Amino acid sequence: MDQIILQFLNGLDKGSAYALIALGLTLIFGTLGVVNFAHGALFMIGAFCAVTVQRILTLSTVVEDPTKTDFLGNPSKISTPYVESWFGPETGAALIDWSVPLAIVFAIPIMVVLGFIMERGLIKHFYKRPHADQILVTFGLAIVLQEVIKAFYGANPIPTGAPEVFRGSFDFGVLIGFDPNAIIYPYWRMVYFAFAAVIIGAVFAFLQFTTFGMVVRAGMADRETVGLLGINIDRRFTIMFGIAAAVAGLAGVMYAPINSPNYHMGMDFLVLSFVVVVVGGMGSLPGAVLAGFLLGILEAFASMNEVKAIFPGIDQIIIYVVAIIIILIRPRGLMGRKGVMEE
Amino acid sequence: MSNSNFTRRGVLKTGTIAGAGLALPTYLSAAAHEGFTNAPTGDTVTLGFNVPQSGPYADEGMDELRAFELAVEHLNGQGDGGMLSTFSSKVLDGTGIMGKKVGFVSGDTQTKSDAARASAKSMIEKDGAIMISGGSSSGVAVAVQGLCQEAGVIFMAGLTHSNDTTGKDKKANGFRHFFNAYMSAAALAPVLEQLYGKDRRAYHLTADYTWGWTQEESIAAATEALGWETVEKVRTPLASTDFSSYIAPVLNSGADVLVLNHYGGNMVNSLTNAVQFGLREKQANGKNFEIVVPLYSELMAKGAGRNIAGIVGSQNWDWKLENEKGDRYAGTNAFVQSFGEKYGFPPSQAAQTCYAQTLLYADAVTRAGSFNPCAVVEALEDFEFDGLGNGPTLYRGGDHQCFKDVIVVRGKENPENEFDLVEIVEVTPTDQVTYPVDHPMFSGGALGSCNPGA
Repeated sequence: MDQIILQFLNGLDKGSAYALIALGLTLIFGTLGVVNFAHGALFMIGAFCAVTVQRILTLSTVVEDPTKTDFLGNPSKISTPYVESWFGPETGAALIDWSVPLAIVFAIPIMVVLGFIMERGLIKHFYKRPHADQILVTFGLAIVLQEVIKAFYGANPIPTGAPEVFRGSFDFGVLIGFDPNAIIYPYWRMVYFAFAAVIIGAVFAFLQFTTFGMVVRAGMADRETVGLLGINIDRRFTIMFGIAAAVAGLAGVMYAPINSPNYHMGMDFLVLSFVVVVVGGMGSLPGAVLAGFLLGILEAFASMNEVKAIFPGIDQIIIYVVAIIIILIRPRGLMGRKGVMEE
Repeated sequence: MSNSNFTRRGVLKTGTIAGAGLALPTYLSAAAHEGFTNAPTGDTVTLGFNVPQSGPYADEGMDELRAFELAVEHLNGQGDGGMLSTFSSKVLDGTGIMGKKVGFVSGDTQTKSDAARASAKSMIEKDGAIMISGGSSSGVAVAVQGLCQEAGVIFMAGLTHSNDTTGKDKKANGFRHFFNAYMSAAALAPVLEQLYGKDRRAYHLTADYTWGWTQEESIAAATEALGWETVEKVRTPLASTDFSSYIAPVLNSGADVLVLNHYGGNMVNSLTNAVQFGLREKQANGKNFEIVVPLYSELMAKGAGRNIAGIVGSQNWDWKLENEKGDRYAGTNAFVQSFGEKYGFPPSQAAQTCYAQTLLYADAVTRAGSFNPCAVVEALEDFEFDGLGNGPTLYRGGDHQCFKDVIVVRGKENPENEFDLVEIVEVTPTDQVTYPVDHPMFSGGALGSCNPGA
């Protein structure tokens, strides 16, 4: 039982990442009709926003230390971060420690602007082009973004820690009557899940309870009619692209302490998120969230030793097996609307 | 949405076709030479350096390439000569190889077997490379070694640690300077016993490919011989990025040691996840829970950040070796000085093995008096040398594996700078890591005979 609860918790945080990326992916598809293969790259750039903020906060004054030598026998160097010089050692160290949460503030405008540039500068020219052109151009864009990040940051993963207070893990099992160490769960993953829930809730609330959101939903349902009412739906959809980019970016920022960011991490999530969108129903926002969590949890269960003993290798294919079954039974996906994407 | 002209099938189909198109390998036409493949005819000889220039090991690949460039410089008489002055064989004089200036071409393995074979093939057939070296993966090394055997050129392996490279997949035209999984385990076992005792229960997480399998087999056998019990061996997909669902059950399994048979990004992520789950702070069976990573590099230590502190592993070489362990490891400081002056940071173990391999090839050709691969094979087999940073070393003729001391390292608790991430715990002497050619972990293949090609 403890293993089932543990894997359920694991599935929730995996599902959080899938859901956040898939939410943006399906939002773009639902509004602009574009399958954005560069969406994983936006997640990756979000994670590198955290790296960048960490690097900015650790920019240092360097002085030589004549008492020690470096590997070549030259005097070694002592670095003192500017923030520690300016705000004192304790405040400076605290700022550096909290670089990932601080990066959220940095990432939102960066991601929204990047989203606008991508949509206005490139993707809008492909709205009327065939599917293959759209997929190739966004996939190509993803590769370009990857290579740009690699050129600046290298290919090696870059450790980006969570604030000290959120490091380590919580013995969840003791709370619900299990033995100590039966259900251990890292604090930062709980934070990630809560953060994902807030972001998902905020996006739904924005679409559900604001006039802007109402117009966007109307545009998703019938773009032509909304246009005939004199509303500039294209502009609103461009803004939604920026919001979707910000959602992916924020998912990446908060993911940085879970796995050290590397330039390729977006591609690792892209294919799975695409599957999540198809399973949830293309263009369906609740579908993306539901499928994200469902597939995340199933993936966690499939990696249990007991399950792998019965179905060897199931952890590598479970998501695709479930996707095939769901598409065969319900071609429109779990929450896709009837008649949409069923051919 | 309802106005969209997209169809689910259309999108899926187009995506599949686009992906397949991008993955198409490049086929190149063959070019043969008389006598042996790519016999040098002018005043230059071309070497082919096949390293990952893209993909997750690109940084390691770039470090290999830097070392190759340095080796070529030194062979051509430029720079400070590096390890040419400390190398026990004195036939290399800075005039190239047998009077021919050394040139090189490079290829991108992408750490994918098919891409690595395609780039090696291109360098052999299009650029006339007479020797191929480099790489950061055993899967790639085995694939390229097979290609070089068929093509009739020498393969001087880069970073490859699977037992299979000089075990069941060994080839007469292939040579490995780097150590292997068996040697790591043999070197680590006494240190693990000393640090953690004889009564331990180990849980293995293993990357599901050739290197992971042999690493798991080797370390499990070595620790079981100490008296440790293996609780579970779990294979993880190579493409995994989040290991939480594999790590979560470890604490409740009765194990008190987690062995991560992971390399590169896999290791950085699995170690990070294990530390996140608090494994290093826990107690199990009345003992501190420990994590062991049998093989890790400086770049991996950098990627893992503070999580590497206190983690025990093994390495082929370390840039501090001569300073800390003395003249036995002569060549280390010469190479570090040369590399550090040129690039501004100390070389990695991957760089050292690639540099040494280039010099060893050049030396073998010179001693043999011929570029013919069969003459080179003969010159390298059972060749004993020193002064390349690892101490006295033997290139065993029976399997083309180098035998030398193995270094056991531990992640530093308080590194003084970004290059000082590991400390040398022990240097295990060669005789403790040596095994017979017909050892069961290396059985199943045959060296065969050398192929000069053409």
